[in-house]
Amino acid sequence: MRGRTDTVAAWGFLSPTLCLLGGLAVYPFAYAVYLSMTTAQVGVPGHFVGLGNYRRLLDIEIFTLTLWNTVGYTVAAVAAKLVLGVVLALVLARPAPGMKWIRGAVLVPWVVPASLGVLAWTWMFDSTYSVFNWTLRALGLISTPIGWLGVPSLARFAVVLVNVWSGLPFFAINFLAGLVTIPRELYEAATVDGAGSAARFWRITLPLLRPVLATVLLFSVVMTSSDFATVFVLTRGGPVNTTQILATLAFKFGLATGDLGNAAAISLYLFPVLALATYVQVRLMRRTWQW
Amino acid sequence: MVSRRGRQALATYLAAAPFVAFALFPLLWMVMTSLKTNAELYDLGQNPFLVRRGVTWEHYRFLFERTAFPLWFRNSALVAVATTAASVLLAILAGYAIARLRFRGAEVVSTLVFVVYLVPTTLLFIPLARVVQVLGLSNSLWALIVTYPAFVVPFATWMLTAYFSTIPRELEDSALVDGCSRVRALRHVILPVARPGIITASLFAFTLAWGEFIYALTFISTTNLKTVTAGVVVSLIRGDVFFWGSLMAGALSASLPVVLLFSLFLDHYVSGLTAGAIKG
Repeated sequence: MRGRTDTVAAWGFLSPTLCLLGGLAVYPFAYAVYLSMTTAQVGVPGHFVGLGNYRRLLDIEIFTLTLWNTVGYTVAAVAAKLVLGVVLALVLARPAPGMKWIRGAVLVPWVVPASLGVLAWTWMFDSTYSVFNWTLRALGLISTPIGWLGVPSLARFAVVLVNVWSGLPFFAINFLAGLVTIPRELYEAATVDGAGSAARFWRITLPLLRPVLATVLLFSVVMTSSDFATVFVLTRGGPVNTTQILATLAFKFGLATGDLGNAAAISLYLFPVLALATYVQVRLMRRTWQW
Repeated sequence: MVSRRGRQALATYLAAAPFVAFALFPLLWMVMTSLKTNAELYDLGQNPFLVRRGVTWEHYRFLFERTAFPLWFRNSALVAVATTAASVLLAILAGYAIARLRFRGAEVVSTLVFVVYLVPTTLLFIPLARVVQVLGLSNSLWALIVTYPAFVVPFATWMLTAYFSTIPRELEDSALVDGCSRVRALRHVILPVARPGIITASLFAFTLAWGEFIYALTFISTTNLKTVTAGVVVSLIRGDVFFWGSLMAGALSASLPVVLLFSLFLDHYVSGLTAGAIKG
């Protein structure tokens, strides 16, 4: 009896959400896949070309550069967030008066709208009035101003740094949540057995933190490789496309030139990453949720 | 003579200091820049860390009196409030169904919600622009109010499912035995108990909606209809004139509502951030 009414109630409760996700996530996604296989322009349906767009993009220099930029950006930013996130979590886990406010302070970059936070960084990296240049000059470390966003290697460094700024809080707070679940007795027992702090970190903390590390890592790979605001606001992909990543290039193709087919194909180059991360995440989730 | 605990605390503060500085410096710089006169901002001989010529409100006055910023702010508020209300309502219903009701397909549905929640908005903005156009919503705030729940609902559902699962079943079982319907049990038994979880989900929904950028940038072209994130970044530039004072005043004013909520509900945010992976 209850089972039948439960089923009716369940689908009733779920139907608004399923309609919403169907219409505004699943359908658009399928539509993006379709668009990527056509020569559609804004206002022109175009014709079907199969995987032609994907293949042709690989011959376009800007695209291959963008693809490698995206890989480099993702690897560098995620690695930095991972290492700094563990360090920051270890600091935040220490008991000290006012720790709540320190935790709050380091979380602020997560709360500030990304595009606005990045705008502040854009000003801080200004070619003439950069506060970093002023400081380096005052310390006597440089004599001529550094064009942070004008030199390819420095611009790449800058976009990674700013991504780390906005993404680090998420890493740190999740690692912290993982850290506090590790039983204190393990550390005490290890200390009694003569393990130093380094051994305790490598033998206890890191292995027990692994599930959290894996989840956060996968999630961040998806979010970082599909990032848009950081690059769009800081460099617009410049200088000469050296910081261009998939989302900003897709935006450029789709909105500036109206080439929807190629724009959709460019953003769908993210699909393998997304598919892999989703697959692993769903498996991890099943294991923890035990349905 | 400093105690051992005092020394340990000091070491912790020293270790935390660079991270705190890194996190807060851009905000500090927004404040500094927005309060200095142009003459001082663009004088390379001046120490940028000092305010020598006094604090000025000219950038804020310009922002609020001569630009569309107040409209953008209102637009953001409308969109974020509407998104939050709609999303949390849908998420309560869906989360309850997934956490509590036994039905075939529960696993498929929860996996779908989770998968959608991983799909980044940058993958969907091109086809969604078309959907928005077909629905006749292009260039109106409705375009955002309709599309934002698509990325807010999945995570809110996720969060609330986890929260509802922690509520003891016995609580509603007695109500159900008394002949209460599921809807009544949800309203009168679960919702009052789940308030902290619902508040957390609402705060996150509001924060995500307030900070959204790429849809706002893509779906809205009229300056007066923009939200703060797109407006300040794209439409606040006056030709080639240096304008950083007002830009930073805009960035700071536009960040303030969420930063304020965050400082008021710090514990909710911390518990929410760890309840499910969101944005990183």
